[in-house]
Amino acid sequence: MPAPVITATSLTKKYKEFAAVDGISFEVAAGESFGLLGPNGAGKSTTMRMVGAVSTRTSGDLSVLGLDPNHFGPEIRSQLGVVPQADNLDQELRVRDNLIVYGRYFGIPLRQISKKADELLEFAQLSDRAKSKVDDLSGGMKRRLTIARALVNDPKILLLDEPTTGLDPQARHVLWDRLFRLKEQGTTLLLTTHYMDEAEQLCDRLVVVDKGTIMAEGSPAELIRTHSSREVLEVRFGSERNAVVAERIAGAGDRIEVLPDRILIYSANGEAELVKLTEAGLDPITSLVRRSSLEDVFLRLTGRSLIE
Amino acid sequence: MTIAPTQPERVAPARSWFLGALYAGNARTVVSRGILATRSTNYLVVLSGFFEPIFYLVSLGFGLNALVGPVHTSTGQLVPYAAFIAPALLAVSAMNGAIYDSTWNVFFKMNYSKLYQGMLSTSLGPLDVALGEISLALLRGGAYAIGFMIVMQVLGLNLAWTAIFALPAVLLIAFGFGSLGMAVTSYLKTFQQMDWINFVLLPMFLFSATFYPITVYPAAIQWVVQALPLWHGVELVRGLTTGDLSVAMLGHVAYYLVMVIVGVIFTTTRLKALFLD
Repeated sequence: MPAPVITATSLTKKYKEFAAVDGISFEVAAGESFGLLGPNGAGKSTTMRMVGAVSTRTSGDLSVLGLDPNHFGPEIRSQLGVVPQADNLDQELRVRDNLIVYGRYFGIPLRQISKKADELLEFAQLSDRAKSKVDDLSGGMKRRLTIARALVNDPKILLLDEPTTGLDPQARHVLWDRLFRLKEQGTTLLLTTHYMDEAEQLCDRLVVVDKGTIMAEGSPAELIRTHSSREVLEVRFGSERNAVVAERIAGAGDRIEVLPDRILIYSANGEAELVKLTEAGLDPITSLVRRSSLEDVFLRLTGRSLIE
Repeated sequence: MTIAPTQPERVAPARSWFLGALYAGNARTVVSRGILATRSTNYLVVLSGFFEPIFYLVSLGFGLNALVGPVHTSTGQLVPYAAFIAPALLAVSAMNGAIYDSTWNVFFKMNYSKLYQGMLSTSLGPLDVALGEISLALLRGGAYAIGFMIVMQVLGLNLAWTAIFALPAVLLIAFGFGSLGMAVTSYLKTFQQMDWINFVLLPMFLFSATFYPITVYPAAIQWVVQALPLWHGVELVRGLTTGDLSVAMLGHVAYYLVMVIVGVIFTTTRLKALFLD
C-alpha cells in the first residue's frame, strides 16, 4: 500500500462542550477513494474542514500530504481541491471567469490558467456555457462547475462534501462518471455522503461515522460481509399481522428485524427462507429477496430512528 | 478526455517568517476579481455614489455662498464659502466610496455569497483577502475623489498648487475608511446592525467642520468632533487645496495611518476567526 496522504489519529473537534468529531482515526492512501459515510450531524463536514486546513482541531493529530494543517494551511490548501456541501461559486462572475479567477488565487499565471479553464470546461461538459452567468446554470451544472473549479490547481487530493446531494438521477450519474474518471487518473478522493449507492459506486474504502465517532471501517463488500448477511428477504403481512408473525418466525435466518411495515430476514439464502415461511403456512402479501447493501450496514450501525 | 496535469508553473505560496499562514502575498488577485465583478455587474451603482457630494457642492456651495460670504479656515485664512466646503466634500466623497464597498458589499460577500469562504479554501490567507478587499474600497474612494477633484478644478475651487497633494491624501482617507469599515462590518450579523453604520456616518458628515468652522461649537463638542476620523480628513484636504499648510496636518496623516493599521489587523483576525476557525 502506498504511503498515506492523510493520517488522522484521535482527531477531535469541540465547539464549547459539544464534540462534533470525537477522536476518529483513519488513513487514506495516495490514489485511494475514501468515503466518510454517516447521517446528518455525524461530524463528516467538520472532519472535511479540518483535512481541508480551514478548521483547527481541538486535539489529536492530523497530517495532510505530510504537513500539519495547524501550521501549514496555505501550503496544504494549495494542493487540495475542495467541493463544499453548498456551492459557493462566485455569482458576480461568468462561468469561465469563475475558473480563471479561482486559479489566480492559487497564484497560477494567467496564460496557463486560461488554457486550463478551457480543458476543465470541456471536462465538466460546460464548454457551451462558458459565458453564462452562474445563476442561470442548473443545479447539476453548478455542481460540475464547482468540481471543475476544484481542479484548477491540479490537486493531489480532492475533497468532496456530499457531492450529489440535491441532484436529480441524471445529474448524479453524470457527476459519478466524471469523478470516476478522476479516480482512474489517480486523484485521491475523500468524500462524504449519506447515499449508499454513491458510496458503493465511488469508494474503495470507507468509514461509517455517527455522533463524531467511527462505527465501522472497510471496503463496501467487507462491511456488508461483516455487518450484514449476503441476502435479505423482505416480507409484508400487513401492519396488523407483522408483529404477530414475527413472534412465530423468531430465529429464522441469521437475524430478523421487524419494521412497522415489513419484516426483514437476513440470511445467506433468501429464497430458502421464503420457502420455509410458506411451508409454515405463512403467506406474505408481498415478498422480495435482494442482495444485502451498504444501506443495511448503515442502518444497522447508526440505527433507524431519525437522528437530528 | 483527461486533464493533463500542468505542474511546472505552480507557485508555492510565499511564506514570511512574520505573517506565516496569514499571508500568501497574492492580494492583487482579490483586487482583480473585484474589478472584474464590478465591471460585469454593477458599474451603474458605482457611478451613482459619485454624484452625492457633487450635489452638495452645487446646492450648498453656490446656493449659500451669496448668503454666507467668505469664511475663515482653521488657520485663519479667509476663503470663499464654496472653496471652504469643497475640500470637505472631497474628503467625504473618498469616505463614501470606501464605505460603500467595505460595508454593504463586504456584508453581502461575508454572509450571503460565501465568497470569502471560497477564497480561503485556496492558498490565499486572511491578510490577502483583507488587503485585497480594502484596496478595492480604496480604489472606489479614490475614483470618486479624483472625479470630484476635477470638478473642483473646473470650478476654480483649488486655490493653491498644493491641491495636487490632496490626491494622495484622499487615497489615504479612503484606505483608512475602507479598512475600518471592513473591520466593523465583519462583526455585524444583521441588516438592522448595518443601519447603525449610517447612524454614525450621517452626523459625522454634518458636524466635522464640513459646512462651517469647528469654532462654532463649545470646547467639549469640539473635542468629540476632533476625535472622529472625518474631521482629520477634512482639515488635511482643506489645508492642501487652500494652500494653507500647517504642522497639524502631520497629525492628521498619522491618525489615518493608525486607522489603516488597526482596521487591517482587526479585519484579518476576524476573517481568520470566521473562516479558519
